[in-house]
Amino acid sequence: MTKAELSDKIFEKVGLPKKESLQVVEIIFDSMKAILSEGESVKITGFGTFLVRKKRARMGRNPKTGVEIEITPRRVVTFKPSLQFKALVEKG
Amino acid sequence: MTRSLLIEHVAEKVKDLNLSKKEVEVILETVFDNIKEALAKGDKVEVRGFGNFRLRKRNPRQARNPKTGASVAVDSKKVPFFKVGKELREMVNRGL
Repeated sequence: MTKAELSDKIFEKVGLPKKESLQVVEIIFDSMKAILSEGESVKITGFGTFLVRKKRARMGRNPKTGVEIEITPRRVVTFKPSLQFKALVEKG
Repeated sequence: MTRSLLIEHVAEKVKDLNLSKKEVEVILETVFDNIKEALAKGDKVEVRGFGNFRLRKRNPRQARNPKTGASVAVDSKKVPFFKVGKELREMVNRGL
């Protein structure tokens, strides 16, 4: 499923023309991207939480050459599905 | 940031489409419900620039009841998994 197919579902559900529906889908994900970029988490009840986690600097190794390098500190996004989402998937 | 704040955030940006907050809420729900349904069916969802949602298989394992210490067999199961897209990954890291 892609953004276009999600837009079709919105059209079916609320009758918003597909072009506009796609626009809203894009704005939803762009908004989430902007919030996460601020370092803030996004919690969607019944779906899950997108968390921003800080990773400390650590030593890594280039697997090809074996040369040790420092992996710089970074922020990463993780997703924790809600219990409801997990249960739904479990049922299949 | 919770769902209701996200709704306001989105409503503000779609002003020119003349959607009410309620309509934005229904749309937001439709999006997340459809992602859930797709995964429940075993499909995956690709959102360019944001990330992909798919299932990950967990192997069967022996676990223990922490209270009694009794060994329990846990069947293999499927869990929702989100893989961060390149654009989002870079945006979040740049914000550091």
